[in-house]
Amino acid sequence: MDKLTAESAKPAVRHENPLARALAEKLNYDQLTNCMRCGFCLPACPTFKETGMEPESPRGRIALMKAVADGLMDPDEAFQEQMYHCLGCRACEPVCPADVKYGQLIEQARDSIEDHADHSVPVKGLRKLFFDGVFPHRSRLKWLGRSLGFYQKSGLRRIARGTGIMRLFPEHMRDMERILPEATARGVVERIGAFYPAKGKMIARVALFRGCIMDVLFAETNVNTVKLLSEAGFEVVIPDSQVCCGALHAHSGELGKARELARSNIRAFKEAGVDYIVSNAGGCGALLIEYDHLLHEDDDWREDGAWFASRVIDVSRLIAEKGRVPDFAEPAGEDGRAQQLLITYQDSCHLRNVMKSGGAPRQLMNRVGNVRFVEMADAGSCCGSAGIYNVTQPEMAGRVLERKMDNANRTEARYLLTSNPGCLLQMKLGIEKHGAGGQMEAMHIVDFLAERMAAGKS
Amino acid sequence: MIHPEAARRLRAIVGETWYRDDQEALVAHSYDATPMLQSMPDGVIYPSSTEQVSEIMKVLSEHGIPVISRGSASNLCGGTVPVQGGVVMVMHRMNRILEVDLENLTATVQPGIITAEFTAHIESFGLFYPPDPGSMRISTIGGNIAECSGGLRGLKYGTTKDYVIGLEAVLASGEVIRTGGKLMKDVAGYDLTKLLIGSEGTLAIITEATLKLVPPPKAKKTMLAMYRDLYGAARTVSKIIESRIIPATLEFLDNPTIRVVDDFAKLGLPLDMEAILLIEQDGDPETVERDIARITEICESEHADRVEVAATREEAEKLLTARRSALTALARLRPTTILEDATVPRSKIADMVLRINEIARKHNVTIATFGHAGDGNLHPTATTDARDRDEIHRVEEAFAEIFEASIELGGTITGEHGVGLVKAPYLEWRVGPAGLGVMKGIKQAFDPHNLLNPGKMFAKETRKRVVVQHG
Ligand SMILES: Cc1cc2nc3c(=O)[nH]c(=O)nc-3n(C[C@H](O)[C@H](O)[C@H](O)COP(=O)(O)OP(=O)(O)OC[C@H]3O[C@@H](n4cnc5c(N)ncnc54)[C@H](O)[C@@H]3O)c2cc1C
Ligand code: SF4
Ligand code: SF4
Repeated sequence: MDKLTAESAKPAVRHENPLARALAEKLNYDQLTNCMRCGFCLPACPTFKETGMEPESPRGRIALMKAVADGLMDPDEAFQEQMYHCLGCRACEPVCPADVKYGQLIEQARDSIEDHADHSVPVKGLRKLFFDGVFPHRSRLKWLGRSLGFYQKSGLRRIARGTGIMRLFPEHMRDMERILPEATARGVVERIGAFYPAKGKMIARVALFRGCIMDVLFAETNVNTVKLLSEAGFEVVIPDSQVCCGALHAHSGELGKARELARSNIRAFKEAGVDYIVSNAGGCGALLIEYDHLLHEDDDWREDGAWFASRVIDVSRLIAEKGRVPDFAEPAGEDGRAQQLLITYQDSCHLRNVMKSGGAPRQLMNRVGNVRFVEMADAGSCCGSAGIYNVTQPEMAGRVLERKMDNANRTEARYLLTSNPGCLLQMKLGIEKHGAGGQMEAMHIVDFLAERMAAGKS
Repeated sequence: MIHPEAARRLRAIVGETWYRDDQEALVAHSYDATPMLQSMPDGVIYPSSTEQVSEIMKVLSEHGIPVISRGSASNLCGGTVPVQGGVVMVMHRMNRILEVDLENLTATVQPGIITAEFTAHIESFGLFYPPDPGSMRISTIGGNIAECSGGLRGLKYGTTKDYVIGLEAVLASGEVIRTGGKLMKDVAGYDLTKLLIGSEGTLAIITEATLKLVPPPKAKKTMLAMYRDLYGAARTVSKIIESRIIPATLEFLDNPTIRVVDDFAKLGLPLDMEAILLIEQDGDPETVERDIARITEICESEHADRVEVAATREEAEKLLTARRSALTALARLRPTTILEDATVPRSKIADMVLRINEIARKHNVTIATFGHAGDGNLHPTATTDARDRDEIHRVEEAFAEIFEASIELGGTITGEHGVGLVKAPYLEWRVGPAGLGVMKGIKQAFDPHNLLNPGKMFAKETRKRVVVQHG
């Protein structure tokens, strides 16, 4: 019996299953057809590397999506889970000869699932609370910062840990709680105001995208970003009405919500009249730079989306390519002669694969005095953080992280630098769980540079 | 559907995780890199050792279930499409390098290792494994052996067949055989090693391979020669070889490819050129210098419009980009890319390219041609859209004429991509009825119940016209 079926035009399949119908409608069939199944993306994919199984690969996932659209297969629970197994790191995109827009496909698939699935997808409720209830709202974020900060400072944390109440939470949540930095309600604007002048002759006027989580957990990094930009010759404004970028929403299939946030942000930044919109979080930046794609079908916003997207740039790249790179010095050790400091770098997937800015951070790191930059093996491979992946897919995230830490430990670096809050937290977790001998510290590259800059000045 | 008893036994051999018959696994093993083909298997199994493969084969042959061995499914001949259902056996878990023997200059590996990972490992010993198919970053050594893959260095260094000296393989019955070994000389009986190379998973499942390694060349130089006259380029190829120089690489790009590549990679190539030759020589520094100088003279005597020799490694990389971007640039033009594999004697390259261009024009389809000029192995590549039935039909007609032209010029239907499913109906056209008879006898001897990759290599009917679309 010959079972061969020809693949052909988008088939006129009448899908009974509402999810199948939604997928057939939403998935970009051109992109599905563009995939020539060469398999070049397989070695780049962390979930494939971990499992060695085709359904856990980009080529496999595209084939699954296409099979659903073609009516060859039902979008059953396993299919839906598979769509969430993907880290969304997009390492598969730069290696693809046919330029398949995998990121768009996975977002479209998740968007359909969110709309139609019978809510079996893990932690949907929790996600809803945070995505709709907290991230988009500045005031609630502040509240979150305050409460979290209070919890951490007041001794409640100690009590919670002491009584063992944390044991009621799953292990990976407990791990996260442990490595979370001090939260705060005092974001960057509260600390240094909404305007910061350029040092020396101004090169350009830029706006800081402060982010939501970034400004609660890493407000200091935002402050350092502003100082670094100023030192490099940029005047910085921080539009107050900006909101969450929407990346977590978009990557989890809530495209509608992501679009709403995008429109608010465009409004906020257009008013600021700036040359660049600077991001210091690869995950946010990658969505910001794709606002044009996000709003492509919206006639009223298409142009503004393109305006916005064309101005987005990562802080390292802006400084390395357009700025006056400040002098970075490694402070001398006690004997007056500092030992050479080893550092390594964990790429933010989205900074590298979507914003195509993996080079700039390396350039800057190499400019720091008395520091030796050591590339870790497979640096470009995802660390497993991937938005909220480490919360929703703890098992796979754990495996990916373990592999990452093996490589990181082998560099024997003192600092492990990153360019994204999610990666930074994941690396802190990694060091705590699999670090070699407590020698290593994870740090945002901006903080590292700002520290060397300050020391250099004194 | 796999008999439940068979499925139970298969699970018992490899463990729950490594036998799958869920929808996702079946769909994800229903295709390979061949355009437009898809067919569902009934199960997927991932063995981790020769013993497991042997046990699996015993179960499968008892139940009469077909088996399709699979590396990375990067083949372009439908070789891993399970046309008759059965179990796809994925070799990825068997990916260890078992030994690097520095005294005998051999390496023994499991079949699932990725070719590029293997070569990188070998280079770390200061050694060299020359076969380099364009897909080496994804293809496996097992797949390379089963397809007898060639690569850019084929002209000087040969193809996979020249480096495999010993194999371990599991027969359909589950019995394990060993062929060849670390010996450079061995004439005891028929050469089963050579027979298994290029057998496309139809004779046995390769579970271990011993490969010959060589010392790496000390130096390497790269050059690009551009021609307004196709025959000038073709004559250059013949003259270089006539002058007793065998370049490591001698690649060809035709005008349609040059245009696409330049548009994509912005290399500033002259768009009115009819052909580009990319030439690389390696070896001792003095020999390389002398050969490159001599080749430059030949190019000029054949009226090359421009000859560029790279002075540095960076410049060489830039020149290599032209050839490397060919597929990438073409793949981005239209949704469906059909990369074919016609081979002619190298003296006939210009005739063949002209014929291809003529045929493409006649059928109003876009076909760009690039490939390994040194060994006459051309890849006419159609960019089309699988959804346009009418255009696909015209592409089909065009390829039929292209293969006819190739045979007429003394060529063959495939130089390195294999017969598989796609070329099976034309095998007799190439090897003749007696040749096909012997091949079928060999198949019968190895696999009497036709369980190993059925439907491949041998077709029910013989055809002379190429049909791209199956259905
Ligand atoms: C972009 C691109 C470029 C390519 N460039 C080249 C090139 O330059 N030269 C070239 O020759 N080919 C090329 N190919 C074709 C393909 O990559 C080769 O045929 C390759 O050797 C296939 O390896 P694989 O591991 O993917 O094998 P698969 O595609 O999985 O299998 C190929 C065949 O080998 C059999 N097989 C696999 N493993 C075993 C085993 N352990 N025992 C027995 N049989 C087995 C399968 O049954 C099948 O018939 C290219 C393909 C692509 C997509
Ligand atoms: S690399 Fe691109 S074309 Fe190739 S299989 Fe992956 S997604 Fe498809
Ligand atoms: S986005 Fe990352 S995890 Fe997802 S398929 Fe691509 S490479 Fe794999």
